[in-house]
Amino acid sequence: MTSQAITLPRVYQVDAGPTSESTPFRRLLIVVALTFLAAFLWLPLAAVFVGALREGLGVYWEALTDPDALSAIKLTVIAALISVPVNMVFGIAAAWAIAKFEFRGKSLLITLIDLPFSVSPVIAGLLFVLLFGSHGWFGEFLAEHNIRIVFAVPAIVLATLFVTFPFVARELIPLMQEQGTEEEEAAIVLGASGWQTFWHITLPNIRWGLLYGVILCNARAMGEFGAVSVVSGHIRGLTNTIPLHVEILYNEYNATAAFAVATLLAFLALGTLAAKTLVARHLRGHH
Amino acid sequence: MFRQSNVLPGFNISLGFTIFYLSLVVLIPLSAVFLKSFTLTWDQFWAAVTAPRVLASYRLTFGASLVAASINAVFGLLVAWVLVRYEFPAKKLVDALVDLPFALPTAVAGITLATIYAKNGWVGQFLAPLGIKVAFTPLGVVVALTFIGLPFVVRTIQPILEDFPKEMEEAAASLGATRVQTFVMVILPSIGPAVLTGFALAFARAIGEYGSVIFIAGNIPMVSEITPLMIVTKLEQYDEAGATSIAAAMLVASFLLLLGINLLQAWSSRVLPPAAPDQQEEPA
Repeated sequence: MTSQAITLPRVYQVDAGPTSESTPFRRLLIVVALTFLAAFLWLPLAAVFVGALREGLGVYWEALTDPDALSAIKLTVIAALISVPVNMVFGIAAAWAIAKFEFRGKSLLITLIDLPFSVSPVIAGLLFVLLFGSHGWFGEFLAEHNIRIVFAVPAIVLATLFVTFPFVARELIPLMQEQGTEEEEAAIVLGASGWQTFWHITLPNIRWGLLYGVILCNARAMGEFGAVSVVSGHIRGLTNTIPLHVEILYNEYNATAAFAVATLLAFLALGTLAAKTLVARHLRGHH
Repeated sequence: MFRQSNVLPGFNISLGFTIFYLSLVVLIPLSAVFLKSFTLTWDQFWAAVTAPRVLASYRLTFGASLVAASINAVFGLLVAWVLVRYEFPAKKLVDALVDLPFALPTAVAGITLATIYAKNGWVGQFLAPLGIKVAFTPLGVVVALTFIGLPFVVRTIQPILEDFPKEMEEAAASLGATRVQTFVMVILPSIGPAVLTGFALAFARAIGEYGSVIFIAGNIPMVSEITPLMIVTKLEQYDEAGATSIAAAMLVASFLLLLGINLLQAWSSRVLPPAAPDQQEEPA
């Protein structure tokens, strides 16, 4: 393709030009796209807040400060506080091994790390029932030693670990592969220890990617429903997370309270989107 | 053992920890499904995965996922196109909100969709006079799965469309192509693989989706029960063998889809690069 063929048509560009749509058609497309987004995304989001405030701020506040709601909030925070750091450490280790070294079976390993994303959340929950439930592999052992995992907090943490497993790793692997190994090699050759190299070279290089992965990981950890629902047993005040509490309230026809508690998760979602957008700007700036 | 000469430390420990933790959290639990289903006889397994109510749930899950992914392929392409090509007020906000389904917990999506698509809801009240019932019907399942799948399609197409060289459209126009011809014969073949990949990702996600669907579906046996709900129902009836059999069948379907998606992505990355070098050679 010669450059004449490419640049010539610019001469003929009048109004919309040959490589764009006419203004009315353009407007039509924008209106159709925005109507679709409104029906499927914006209205559902707005309905959460409208539903929550329908009976006034007093009822809203009551729903949020109900003891069962508070214990659900506490359990959600605990599950996230355990699963996010653990999966973060895993993500860094996996990305270090995969991005900085060559070994056989690497692409298989990457596929296996992504596996939890293609497993239905319900099945993720089922896995831990099969392992630790009363008829599970370790069921008898756990019963003898009086340890409860399923229908208790440990299984909620395990299920959350499973569904949030790939988030940090899948952000870091491509980022670190792109950055290569030269800077780290220089540091090592100049006498830095492995840890020094990691803290002073690698970590500053990957900090925005790491933060991005952690934000997504946390959003899923706090919002997970299906997997946690299967292993929780729905014991009020004990094994309910925020999403499960929303479900119980909704099924009891207490829609206002359900939406009130749901606003916490909607705020989490909006905060996640805002943080994600800001961090993505830094990520792009660093390349 | 496998490593090349490399001065960097930490290979053994990082790979060792990765494989250990992967096995502990993902591989061993997943193998439990298959090992458990091997303890059943073939007849038991077959009876569990082909019970009429379960078969009806496959039809709904795969059918609704297919419809929702198709809706998303069309409207996701439109949204990506509008976001990349046109200017309008609050575009950045609109763009950021496309990821809402990734960020909004599925239970919240479920109750709010069920509310606005109910016959007295914000959207449902306009559909009811037309005789269209959404909430508590299979159509409701499609709505929830469309919500869940949209960002997969938009975010797969968007970067490809951004990188699409304007010069190719200009060349087509200069050679006498109409705008429609340019779109169908120049643009669509280049972004086609991305549309297909987005479609497949949305479809794969839709098949396993649970939280956003169960509130709007109504969960009527043989009519609006999705397969993940069948697994939960079996578990609640203490039928672990039945639940596990259905889960094993679903996992096989999901893994086959994953394989297909990986092949698709490899294909689309092969289709696309030729555009880039041309663009770089272009004098500013």
